[in-house]
Amino acid sequence: MMDVMNLTLFGMEWPWLLWKMVQIILFVVVLLVALAFLLLADRKIWAAVQMRRGPNVVGPWGLLQSFADFLKFVFKEMVIPAGTDKVLFILAPILSLVMAFGAWAVMPAAPGWVVANLNLGVLYLLAISSLGVYGIIIGGWASNSKYPFLGALRSTSQMISYEVSIGFILITVLLLVGSLNLTDIVEAQAGGFWHWHISLLDLSNPKSLLLLPVMFYMFVLFFISALAETNRPPFDLPEAESELVAGYQVEYSSTAYLLFMIAEYLNIVLMCAMMTVMFLGGWHAPIDGKLSFLPQIPPFFWFSAKVVLMFYFISMAKAMVPRYRYDQLMRLGWKIFLPSSLVAVFLVSTYVMLFGRLSVSLVVGGA
Amino acid sequence: MGARIMIVEMLPALTFYTLASIAVAAAFMVIAARNPVHSVMYLITTFFSAAGLFVLMGAEFLALLLVMVYVGAVAVLFLFVVMMLDVDFVEMKQGFLQYLPIGGVVACVLLTEMILVGAASLVNPSEGVKYAPDGTSNIEAIGNVLYTEYAFFFEAVGLILLVAMVGAIVLTLRKREGVKKQNVAAQIARTRAGGVELVDIKPGEGIGS
Repeated sequence: MMDVMNLTLFGMEWPWLLWKMVQIILFVVVLLVALAFLLLADRKIWAAVQMRRGPNVVGPWGLLQSFADFLKFVFKEMVIPAGTDKVLFILAPILSLVMAFGAWAVMPAAPGWVVANLNLGVLYLLAISSLGVYGIIIGGWASNSKYPFLGALRSTSQMISYEVSIGFILITVLLLVGSLNLTDIVEAQAGGFWHWHISLLDLSNPKSLLLLPVMFYMFVLFFISALAETNRPPFDLPEAESELVAGYQVEYSSTAYLLFMIAEYLNIVLMCAMMTVMFLGGWHAPIDGKLSFLPQIPPFFWFSAKVVLMFYFISMAKAMVPRYRYDQLMRLGWKIFLPSSLVAVFLVSTYVMLFGRLSVSLVVGGA
Repeated sequence: MGARIMIVEMLPALTFYTLASIAVAAAFMVIAARNPVHSVMYLITTFFSAAGLFVLMGAEFLALLLVMVYVGAVAVLFLFVVMMLDVDFVEMKQGFLQYLPIGGVVACVLLTEMILVGAASLVNPSEGVKYAPDGTSNIEAIGNVLYTEYAFFFEAVGLILLVAMVGAIVLTLRKREGVKKQNVAAQIARTRAGGVELVDIKPGEGIGS
């Protein structure tokens, strides 16, 4: 299997193509099935916080609820309201879904478990996630209705605003690692949780303790920006039901709505995976050592466990935090997140200038 | 076996022609489409195909930058503006022909320039696109020249952009009188002493204003 994977594009042969196809299908199927249960988990957590039971009818403990919802959506009639731009109306949810899946191509789930090991993986992620805006803005406009249009405008300006600070936060990580390859970023955090970018507690390299407050703050900023970027509460103003009914999705029904919803949740899980890869050490176990029992657990387990943990935090934020006002949201993004992440970029690059990158010291120490 | 190798060899050329023809067709549709929102969508298609051409030339960094900056930010702002406009398309089409002379002049100048460049490169072919030297990635190669050889130009560009940004803010900033605005700093700095006043009211007298 490995030597098939190592074939390059130049000597392209059918096994390579087939292997990639299998990989892509595997990623899509695993993601969709995982998404079904994450959706249920989201609703269950939300219900538990509000002291309700949540969905518990379909299947044992309501485990099959998402599949029942899926069938319900698919078999309903799709209503295309009069006066809509039909082509764009149908294109919008498809575009959303394609971009949401496309971003997963560079996400490494375990050593070598990645569809495309791009050298510019982080840039690719940013480029694809900036394209995700189009599904929303086109959907809102093509609906030819006031609420979707207002929701689309809100959502777009919100996503563009927070993309800027996400970009700067990622730059701090890139400065420490010195590579835009996501696999390299994960490998740079190998060797235990004190090498993860969220908790740089490496006592053998005391200078790196200087980075601890900056990088932890960057993680907090990234988490909040991820909430805003994916239109999750407390920043779900594009869909604020008390103001805009359901934002850009008002006119959508049936499968088209399902596609929007899958894309939305895929983007949330993508943000969880990005946090895992950038700050939480990706597939690495918290304690690396031959003496503990931990390394026997496959790396994919650690990756998915961290993703699920981040998803749990995002669910809890939805259940606990009240909604922001729109001008407060913009103020937070432009006047607090952007300047502080800029200062962090300056601080981290000063550190790198003075003491060198973390990964360099890691390699020297390990070799 | 032979056929398969042929396909592999032809793939770059095939991809180039597909992307190039999509780019040209979409660029034509930008001006031909009746609905300005559709025009912007075609413009995005053009940008995307151009990014594909960059990838084909081995300039992945430029391709992703093109997608990020032009498709992800500039075209979104175009869409914003176009969606907000309330244009009467029938009225707009009526004065279409009066722009023909000036449009024709611009088209002729562009065509002449393209022919001149094409002819010059045919007579004296340059080395073409230089790929990054082995071992350095795209982004490293660009960074190495951008921050050494062209550092001053780079900073000058940054300065120009800054001036443009400040200019845009100055043009749109207006101070309106009588508008209630939230002053967050003042709200946070509020203390009990400034916010609460205890008034001792004697029975039967009221506040007595």
